[in-house]
Amino acid sequence: MHQRTLGALATGLAGGEFSSRELTEALLGRIERHGDTLNAFVTVTADAAIAQADRADKARASGDAGPLNGLPIVHKDLFCTKGVRTTCGSNILGNFVSPYDASVVERLANAGAVMLGKTNMDEFAMGSSNETSFYGPVTNPWNAKLSPGGSSGGSAAAVAARLVPAATGTDTGGSIRQPAALTGTVGLKPTYGRVSRYGMVAFASSLDQAGVITRSAEDAAMLLGVMAGLDPRDSTSVDHRVPDYVAGLSKPVKGLKIGIVRQHFDEGLDAQCAERVKASLSALEDAGASLVEVDLPNIGLSVPTYYVVAPAECSSNLSRFDGVRFGHRTDDPEDLLDLYCRTRGEGFGAEVKRRIMTGTYVLSAGYYDAYYLKAQKVRQLISRDFKNVFESVDVIAGPTAPTTAFAIGEKTDDPITMYLNDIYTIGANLAGLPGISVPCGFADGLPVGLQLVGPHFAEETILSCAHQYQQLTDWHAKGPEDFA
Amino acid sequence: MSLTKLEVQQVATLARLQLEDGEIDDVVDKLSRIVDFVDQLQAAPTDDVLPMAHPLNMSQRLRADDVTETDQRDFVQQNAPSTEAGYYLVPKVIE
Repeated sequence: MHQRTLGALATGLAGGEFSSRELTEALLGRIERHGDTLNAFVTVTADAAIAQADRADKARASGDAGPLNGLPIVHKDLFCTKGVRTTCGSNILGNFVSPYDASVVERLANAGAVMLGKTNMDEFAMGSSNETSFYGPVTNPWNAKLSPGGSSGGSAAAVAARLVPAATGTDTGGSIRQPAALTGTVGLKPTYGRVSRYGMVAFASSLDQAGVITRSAEDAAMLLGVMAGLDPRDSTSVDHRVPDYVAGLSKPVKGLKIGIVRQHFDEGLDAQCAERVKASLSALEDAGASLVEVDLPNIGLSVPTYYVVAPAECSSNLSRFDGVRFGHRTDDPEDLLDLYCRTRGEGFGAEVKRRIMTGTYVLSAGYYDAYYLKAQKVRQLISRDFKNVFESVDVIAGPTAPTTAFAIGEKTDDPITMYLNDIYTIGANLAGLPGISVPCGFADGLPVGLQLVGPHFAEETILSCAHQYQQLTDWHAKGPEDFA
Repeated sequence: MSLTKLEVQQVATLARLQLEDGEIDDVVDKLSRIVDFVDQLQAAPTDDVLPMAHPLNMSQRLRADDVTETDQRDFVQQNAPSTEAGYYLVPKVIE
């Protein structure tokens, strides 16, 4: 059962081949067996999952099955879940039990999905390797010495190891797409505003977006259809038609214009990864797509731009963690200032402190214009470059990450080396564009990801292109042997 | 080092973060590297460029000023470290 995709499991449930309870118990068993090895979960909600599965089975029996009825899912521990601990990978939220559900959690539950648990992640989603989590690093199912990427590393590892068919994630600078690439899974980051951010612990509000990690583009389409749409509780969610993403998958790639960004194949990209990505582009060309070379002249500035804008927004968002209304509080504070400073000093890890301080610095008097305002102007240039490119092509295709999975501990000494992992993914966040990473082969036995980025609200296009690619290849069907 | 220890301590105070003595040198080193790295933005020509405020260039959606939330104070305060009679307790601010 665990080898099946969400779509195949839906067929099995609908045909009465197995019940949601049987499926849930089987996967909970796998999570128990492999959970400690991977450290992919912060919380497993076994009892609640069984109860939800029983309700789903009952609903099906009475002809009342929702679109995801009885299908298992796990949530990144950044989505608030009512009555269930929501840590965001941080010590400061170690005892936080959310009083409400995030909209994403609510919509999936209303569609019948069964939540099995909450996945490990970089602290407050700040990281590209899952090593900044207070709850310890997640290991990569393809090789336990390696990182699964991050920040949605627990979600990606759980899906790659076939513990669950699907997981939610969030992507502020590549946090869904990069771990998907490093674990051989599919990672979809929708357009900014496509999915509600209500109930997501905020990191950088102009960049954060919820999405999914699955094993096929088809599964991602199934989930997006349920998650997407206007939510009055998120003032940045957009009132834009939600198409039938699954129906849209059948659109052939014939005639599709694919932009290949010259700058994406410059130095910095591993030679074997480049070869795999180019092979996948040839496969799409053979299927009738046309490849066009394009330029994003300012894309080289996307990482420094991001590391001004994201920390600035994070320093403001994370000011709410002050030890007063919820979360960790220091012992015996001398006065209110001491309460704030020690609570936050104890509660946050090193990377989160660095980002809060970077943000505080770039927003402080005398530096605001030189850093923050300047970065927002460069962001405009980067965004304009994408707009120009999308006047002549339908999608942009290229690598998701510069290398395959790297060793745990390899990049922790230098923050810049770690930040450069997101060199191909950050542009889409700055410009608010949808992106997807799909498995496109292996280099020395480790998965490589192909990234497709489309114009605003072109999820249908990138999903159908990814799906058609998965009809031509079977990379996405290959899983790590240790978790067969 | 583009930042001094004193500057880093000032930023930490602004950010309400207590840094332990053992942490400071590492923070000065890494924060300096980050500031040096983002300094490359200065070379970008942006004279006639407007700063980007929103990824979709949309304006803020407003809603009617109606009460939509129900009172869940007791439930919400279960997460608070210290409360009394519906209030949050903090160290004394005014003598």
